[in-house]
Amino acid sequence: MADTITLEVTRYHPGRDKEPGLQTYGVPLRKEWVILDALNYVKDRLDGSLTFRWSCRMGVCGSCGMMVNGEPKLTCATFLSDYAPGPVRVEPMKNFPILRDLVVDPSDFLVKLTKSKPWLIRKEERPLAEGEYLQTPEQLDTYKQFSMCINCMLCYAACPVYGLDPLFSGPAAIALAQRYNMDSRDQGADERMDILSQHDGIWGCTFVGDCTEVCPKNVDPAGAIQQYKLTATREWVKSFLMPWQGK
Amino acid sequence: MPGSAQVLPKMYRTRMSTYWWLGRWPYLKFILRELSSVFVAWFVIMTLLQIDALRRGPADYMEFQEWLRNPVVIALNIISFFFVIFHAVTWFNLAPKAMAIRAGGKRVPAVLIAGPNYIAWVAISAAVAWLLLRG
Amino acid sequence: MSKRSNEPFLWLLFSAGGVVAAMLIPIQLFLFGLAFPLGWLDGPGYQSLLELVRHPLTRLYLFALCTLSLFHFAHRFRYTLYDGLQIKHLNELINTFCYGGAILGTAVTAYLLWIIP
Ligand code: SF4
Ligand code: FES
Repeated sequence: MADTITLEVTRYHPGRDKEPGLQTYGVPLRKEWVILDALNYVKDRLDGSLTFRWSCRMGVCGSCGMMVNGEPKLTCATFLSDYAPGPVRVEPMKNFPILRDLVVDPSDFLVKLTKSKPWLIRKEERPLAEGEYLQTPEQLDTYKQFSMCINCMLCYAACPVYGLDPLFSGPAAIALAQRYNMDSRDQGADERMDILSQHDGIWGCTFVGDCTEVCPKNVDPAGAIQQYKLTATREWVKSFLMPWQGK
Repeated sequence: MPGSAQVLPKMYRTRMSTYWWLGRWPYLKFILRELSSVFVAWFVIMTLLQIDALRRGPADYMEFQEWLRNPVVIALNIISFFFVIFHAVTWFNLAPKAMAIRAGGKRVPAVLIAGPNYIAWVAISAAVAWLLLRG
Repeated sequence: MSKRSNEPFLWLLFSAGGVVAAMLIPIQLFLFGLAFPLGWLDGPGYQSLLELVRHPLTRLYLFALCTLSLFHFAHRFRYTLYDGLQIKHLNELINTFCYGGAILGTAVTAYLLWIIP
């Protein structure tokens, strides 16, 4: 194995550059290094102006997502040696506006996430004296997979529908809506359905399925969306056959 | 909610290329899967033409049979055949994702949903073939 | 519920068509499009095929197969045009072409199956 590898990294300085360009750096190729280590090596030793986000460096915080050779990846969980002999191209996540170098602007995702009301909704709060809401392991299991989401937005970077139509709610926001819909303690399914059954919600999805492929936490947002479509259709049929039962 | 767009007007916005679906194998697979619908439509047109020829009488039907032997039509049907098989396989494989069926407190594994689909596919195909080949 | 769109209905037709197309088209396309014309297998003769198609159940079967498949096509092709060619602004035109085609096809199918002697 050669002992260095070439990184091709996107550089973009707002106000100075008209558009992003690539800059190359040679970094040591260490077996135990992840892409993030290589970027930190560049920042510490070669070029202190390189800007990127990271925090936990253990696949939990969801802030280090980037495109590695065109694929959305958590750079703290992606080994450098898997790309030997290189070069490895590291770019900011697709489908988001670039703030600087490898940093993208997540505002749009945050707005969409809020819209799908990812919290427990109760019609009436139970008085504290009555104690906590109990849940069996089976009930937990129905939504647990969706609750593993770390909001890394890799699924948005993978989703062509989001890239083409920025109004689309997108994978994680819908998966998280589904996470609360399936929660036995939640009563907000109707509220969320009103928002997500619009065209920009679940119906925008064409089941490309790449979101599920790239998700580092096995959330399966594509599955969540199709399940949601099924539920929405069932509701529609019900309201069609029994209109008097409507709200 | 004011995004950072208001604060930093110089953000660089990327645009997707019209040929995005060539960029990654999963995208190409997706577009091929969607295009299978064109061949589904072609099959329907062919079936309607056949029914029409059938009702017009034996002479028209013979002519239609002749048309089916045209090399261009054969070639188109070979391509169509691969596409409809691709549609069937992707459809059966994706169906379990849309159905979160639970039994005994656990989600039924995907093979147990896709499996019966494949069995039904073989059985139905055999039944159709039997109906057309028996006499 | 009223403000919700008709998407569920279109999706239902799309899905039903997807199942029908997956289950039934490969074998029929193989037989009628390849095996019979190429002489790999002997197809039914004119009379027996006519007998078969005449049967009310066969008519029902063909009607369901053709119309659902067409709506399946309409739905998928609509999105393929949107996404693949990025021509969402031609929305109305695409919808008219796709669903209009499916509705027209339904009418033709019904007519043909009705007038078989
Ligand atoms: S669904 Fe997966 S890919 Fe999408 S934000 Fe959550 S963890 Fe990341
Ligand atoms: S740094 Fe936290 S997920 Fe990678």
